[in-house]
Amino acid sequence: MTPSAIILIVLGLAAIGYFLGRQRALKTAQRDGVKLHSLSGYHGQSVALFVAVPALFLLAAWLFLQPVLIENSISGKIPESAIPEGGAKSLVMFDVRRIADGLNQIIASGDSSEADLTDMRADVTDVRSRLAEVGVALGSDVSPVVFQAAKEYRNIDLVASYLRNIAVLVVALGFGIWALRRIQPKLRARNISETFIKALLMGSSLVAILTTVGIVGSLLFESISFFKMYPAEEFFLSTTWNPQFRGGSELGFLPLLWGTLYVSFVALALAVPLGLMIAIYLAEYAGSRLRGFAKPAIEVLAGIPTIVYGLFALMTVGPFLRDWIAQPLGIGSSSSSVMTAGLVMGIMLIPFISSLSDDIINSVPQTMRDGSYGLGATKSETIKQVILPAALPGIVGAFLLAASRAIGETMIVVMGAGASARLDLNPFEAMTTITVKIVSQLTGDTEFASPETLVAFALGLTLFVFTLSLNILALYIVRKYREQYE
Amino acid sequence: MTEAATEIAVDTAIKESAIKMRGSDVSVFYGEKQALFGVNLDVRKNSVTALIGPSGCGKSTFLRCLNRMNDTIDICRVTGEITLEGENIYDPKIDVVELRARVGMVFQKPNPFPKSIYENVAYGPRIHGLTKSKAELDEIVESSLRKAAIWEEVKDRLHEPGTGLSGGQQQRLCIARAIAVSPEVILMDEPCSALDPIATAKVEELIDELRTNFTIVIVTHSMQQAARVSQRTAMFHLGKLVEEGDTDKMFTNPDTKLTQDYITGRFG
Repeated sequence: MTPSAIILIVLGLAAIGYFLGRQRALKTAQRDGVKLHSLSGYHGQSVALFVAVPALFLLAAWLFLQPVLIENSISGKIPESAIPEGGAKSLVMFDVRRIADGLNQIIASGDSSEADLTDMRADVTDVRSRLAEVGVALGSDVSPVVFQAAKEYRNIDLVASYLRNIAVLVVALGFGIWALRRIQPKLRARNISETFIKALLMGSSLVAILTTVGIVGSLLFESISFFKMYPAEEFFLSTTWNPQFRGGSELGFLPLLWGTLYVSFVALALAVPLGLMIAIYLAEYAGSRLRGFAKPAIEVLAGIPTIVYGLFALMTVGPFLRDWIAQPLGIGSSSSSVMTAGLVMGIMLIPFISSLSDDIINSVPQTMRDGSYGLGATKSETIKQVILPAALPGIVGAFLLAASRAIGETMIVVMGAGASARLDLNPFEAMTTITVKIVSQLTGDTEFASPETLVAFALGLTLFVFTLSLNILALYIVRKYREQYE
Repeated sequence: MTEAATEIAVDTAIKESAIKMRGSDVSVFYGEKQALFGVNLDVRKNSVTALIGPSGCGKSTFLRCLNRMNDTIDICRVTGEITLEGENIYDPKIDVVELRARVGMVFQKPNPFPKSIYENVAYGPRIHGLTKSKAELDEIVESSLRKAAIWEEVKDRLHEPGTGLSGGQQQRLCIARAIAVSPEVILMDEPCSALDPIATAKVEELIDELRTNFTIVIVTHSMQQAARVSQRTAMFHLGKLVEEGDTDKMFTNPDTKLTQDYITGRFG
C-alpha cells in the first residue's frame, strides 16, 4: 500500500468518525434527556480530528525518518572496498536505492516471483540487463556486495512500510475509538475542536519558520565547510576574484560586493527620487480619477518578471548606452555595464518606492495638512516641512526594502551587468555581483566539495545577512513610525 | 443734516467698523448635496462669536468657509459673499495663503506637527518670512506661547517633540502656533471637545483673554461653553441660520422656539 492510499483510508475513517461522533452525541443526549454542551457537529469534528491528525502526523514523520534510518543501517554494511576509486559512499548508496527500486519494478511487472529474486545473484544473473528491461539504466555492472545491499535494503523497506501502514491505521482507529467512546452530553467538544484547530494553525506557521531555519542552517553548514577549505580572511579581505578549475583559486568577495553595491546604488539613485516624486504627486496633487488609473498602472511595473527586465537590459538599454554614450565618450565598449543593470533595476524598483511611499504619505493624518494650510502654508511648503518629515521614517523603510531587493536581485544583473569581477569606478565597465557569481559557481562543472563551488554558499550567507539586516532595520523604522499616530 | 440724523450715521459707522467679517447669502454644496442655505452672519471685531447647533447643522462648514479651508475638499463649492474688512475673500484676486495667515484656525483635535515645540510655533512665522533674525523668532515664539498660557509649562522643554505634551497642552500649543503668525481672526472648531474639564477650563480662560487682541469665532457643542466665552451667538439648524444675537439675550430670551429648545437641551 502506498502512502497516498493510506492517506485516503485515514481521511475516509475520519469522515466515518465524524458521522459516528455526531450520531453518538445526539443519541446519548436523547437517552439522558439533557442538552448537549456543544452542537453535535463539534462532537463529530473532534472525533474526525482525533482520527486524522495524529495518524497523518505519524505517517509524515515515518516517511521522513524511514529512508534515513534504513540507509544508515545499510551503508554501515558496505565495505570500503566496494567503493570505487574517486567515488563516494553516497554514490554507492544511490546505486543501492536505484537497484532496490528496479527490483520492485521487476516484481511488479510479473516476470519474476519473490522466490526468483531471493535466488538472483549478481555474479550469476545479468542483473544489469534485467534492470534495464524495466527502465533502470545503470552505469556499470552490479557488484555482488552492492546487489546484496540492495536486496537487503528492499527487504527492510518492505517490512518497514508494512509496519508503517499498520501503525498508522492503529493510531487512527485507536484515537478514533477513544474519542468516540468518551462522547457524552457534558463533553466540551466545541472547546476541544477549538484547541485542536489552534494547534493546527500554529503547526502551519511552524512549517514556515522551520523552513527558514533549515535554509539558514544549510547555508551555514556549507559555508563552514567552505571556510575549512579556504581562509576566511582571504575571502573577506582579498580584492581578487579568480576561480580556477584546478585549484589555487583566489576567491576574494570584495570585487563582488563592490559590484553589488555599485549597481544597487545606481538603481536606487534612479528609483528613489523618481519614486518619491511620483508618490508625492499621486498622494497630494493628483485627482482621485487620475490616481485611480495611475497607481495601478505604475504597479504593473512591479509585476513584470525580472527576466523580462533582463532582456530589456540586454537587448535595448545596454546597446543604447554603449553606442550613444560610452563609445562616443571613449569610456567603455561593453554593452553589459553597471549603468545598464543599474538603470533597468532602478525602473523595476520605482513602483516599490512610489507605492509604499504613497501609502505612507496618505497615512499622514489629514489634520496635519489642515494644521499647516490653516496657518497659510502652500501645498509644497506643507509637503516639504510637515508631510515629508512626518512620513520620513516610513519612506526610509520603503527605501531600505527597495535596497534589499536591489542587492538580492539576480536576473537583471546576470543579463545586464556582465561577469567580470573588478573594482572600478567607471560605471560603463562590465562588473559583476554576488548573485551573478553564485549562479555561475553553482552551475559550473566543478566538483561539489571544492571551495570553488562551496564559495557560493558563503556568498549566499553573506548576502542573506546583508538583506536580513536591511529588512530588520526597515521593519524597525516602519514600526517606530507607526507608533507616532496611534 | 439734523443732529439726530448725524447721530444715526455715526452709530452706523461705528457698527460698520466693528464688523470684522460678514457673510452674505453663503451657500455651500458638497457635490450634489447642499450643506448651507443662504447664511447671513456678521462677525464683530474683538469679540467671541459662538456657532451652536446640533451635529451636521453646518456650523463647522460655515467656519471653514471663513478662511477657505473648504478649498482643500475637491467636491466643495461655495456661493455668496464673505468679506474680511470689506474685501471679498472668494475674489479670484485674493491669495488664499495670505488670507489664511490673516484668518488662523485651531482644530477639533490637537494636531501639533511631529516637530519640537519651538518648531511648531516657529513654523508659521518662518513660512511667511515674518522675522529677520533668530532672536526675533525666539521672541515671537516666546510671546505666542505666553499668550497661549503655556509658556511656563514648556519653557524648559522647547526642543522636545510637541506630540509628547498632554492633550490640553497640545491644544494650547496649537493656539500658540495660530497666534504666532499674528492673525486678525482665529477660528476654533470645537477646540475643547478632545480635552478633559481642567484643560477645557484653561483653554476657555485663554479664549477670553485672546479677545482683546483677536477676533474669535468658535464652534461648540457645549451650551455652557458658548454662554461662558462668547459675546455673540449664532444658532444653526439643518444648514440654515436660525437666530443670532447677543449671547446674554440668546440664552435668556431667544426669539425662536427652536433655539429655546436646543439651549435647554430638549433636542439636539
